[in-house]
Amino acid sequence: MSSNLERSASPGIRRLTSVREVGPLLGLIALCALVSILSPVFLTTSNLMNVLVQAAVASILAAGVNFAILTGGIDLSVGSLLGLIGVLIAAVFKSTGSVFLAVATGLVLGFALGLLNGSMVTVGRIPSFIATLGTMSIARGLAFVFTQGRPISSFPDSFRALGAGELGGIPIPVIVVLVVYAAAHYVLTQTPFGRAIYAIGSNEEAARLSGVNVGWYKTAAFGVSGLLAGLAAIMFTGRINSAHPLAGQGYELDAIAAVVIGGTSLSGGEGRILGTLIGALIMGVIRNGLNLLMVDSYWQQVIIGAVIVVAVLIDRRGRAAEGAAVVK
Amino acid sequence: MRNKVLLIAAMLVLALSAAVSAQTYHFGYVVQDLGNQFWLTMSHGVQDRAAELGHRVTVLDARTDPNRQLANVEDLIQRGIDALLLSPWDAPSGGTATEAANKAGIPVFVLDIGVSSGKYETLIVSDNYAGGVIAAEYMAQLLGGRGDVAIIQCQLGYEIVSLREQGFEDRATELGLRVVAKQPADSQRALGMTVMQNILQARPNLRGVFSCNDEMALGAIEAIRAAGKQNDIVVIGFDAIPDALDAIEDGRMTATVAQRPYEIGRMGVDAAVAYLKGEKLESTTYIPVELVTKENLADFR
Repeated sequence: MSSNLERSASPGIRRLTSVREVGPLLGLIALCALVSILSPVFLTTSNLMNVLVQAAVASILAAGVNFAILTGGIDLSVGSLLGLIGVLIAAVFKSTGSVFLAVATGLVLGFALGLLNGSMVTVGRIPSFIATLGTMSIARGLAFVFTQGRPISSFPDSFRALGAGELGGIPIPVIVVLVVYAAAHYVLTQTPFGRAIYAIGSNEEAARLSGVNVGWYKTAAFGVSGLLAGLAAIMFTGRINSAHPLAGQGYELDAIAAVVIGGTSLSGGEGRILGTLIGALIMGVIRNGLNLLMVDSYWQQVIIGAVIVVAVLIDRRGRAAEGAAVVK
Repeated sequence: MRNKVLLIAAMLVLALSAAVSAQTYHFGYVVQDLGNQFWLTMSHGVQDRAAELGHRVTVLDARTDPNRQLANVEDLIQRGIDALLLSPWDAPSGGTATEAANKAGIPVFVLDIGVSSGKYETLIVSDNYAGGVIAAEYMAQLLGGRGDVAIIQCQLGYEIVSLREQGFEDRATELGLRVVAKQPADSQRALGMTVMQNILQARPNLRGVFSCNDEMALGAIEAIRAAGKQNDIVVIGFDAIPDALDAIEDGRMTATVAQRPYEIGRMGVDAAVAYLKGEKLESTTYIPVELVTKENLADFR
């Protein structure tokens, strides 16, 4: 691995101080302050746990999608993969009674389908938008074919643990989110895989010329996205206690929104995984806060859309200012 | 003296009842999809009745997402409500949402669909079985009590919807009709057309079709018209959606069965208020349905 690559990719301590990178965090804090002023219920421990549990599935999906976006691609299939994998693991559990087998199936299948996405992009040279748009439709269709539209429901607590369990008073989905983000942060900042992803996203050709195996790492990034969609499917099914072929519809857009609000550039190469977590939490806090404030469901959609646009606008301005500073 | 006592007693009663009715409750209504006319109408029923009685209601749309349905219920629990009205997305996910409210000690009132787990105070739902019965009676009357008829089913596995088909089949058989075909078309118009084409191929003597919803019935009438049999086959749907009313008006479709979502919404609020005031409720309340034909069409517009 060339030293040039390490320098360009390392999100070192110097960059931590950048206003743009703490922007999403400041936004989250300001949002929490605002909602807690308007609703006394918001800052209670039980409600905060409630928000974290509600945001868990979206956070996991967003972490995966962030890998794909950092390479300069996109993954539109995660919501449908969640739906397909959800009904398949439910069926595996119903026929074998083994939680281990169901969870393993979910993760392996997710990873495999992600690699399939990645291969279509790298080997097949199909733009990731098109490739994952295809798998989005295929996976959703297969989920319906497999179930004939019928939900598979009612599972024991052991199967539901990752989505609905508790460990020492802390909801397990919250623990899962923390573990996944810690691992993703480590992978992206401390490993050759992470450095390669940033390098490919900043300039794929330069990465290739400096000896990075672009095809392999890019495929693997989509594999991570699929793997986490599999994990999200396990959590979702456990939380709802039911697997339905429509589950996760539209979640790919929530995941992309979280990634973008968190400061990751859609053109790749820039952005931090912890920003994505903050982005997912911002979406969760807005939904929860608007419900607590009894804001009409129609207005909720308008407000979430506006937040996405404003977040990107602030991010752009920050980026422009930074660029100007560098030029000086 | 006696008059005075009566007067004081009357005033006491009045004051007491005023105090009781002055109590305002805060209800939460979590509904599966406000993009659907049926549920929108039901939510208007909930809101209007709550406003008339001076109670507050927060309506939250699950937008066909069971995860958001559960999140909405959780948020209402955090906010604190006196009762939860729930029109679930499906029975299993409705059960999970009901269990969450049970854990928080909030009474649950289920409006349509039903829930497959958890404890609820009452289920208010259209009398779907009776809807099938009145459709069969009208068809038998038009066909003179004999002939081959078919049933187009919604998705299999939904108990409440399958009551429609049971009601039709039971009554049609009693009245001398022969049910010669039953096929699912997943509630969709296009599939309703395909399924009808297949049935027409297999059963050239068919005289009537009962479709478990209007969408499939509208598909079926296209297949029947393409086969040139529009004057030979009676088609009855279910739901009384605007397109079906149009089709009945211009004679393409024979009849449909109307539910009363607005009434269901209003009754949900009444049931919750009654429960909170200590009254006993039936475990299930059936709301009557009505046959819509060309004659009474105007009442349903």
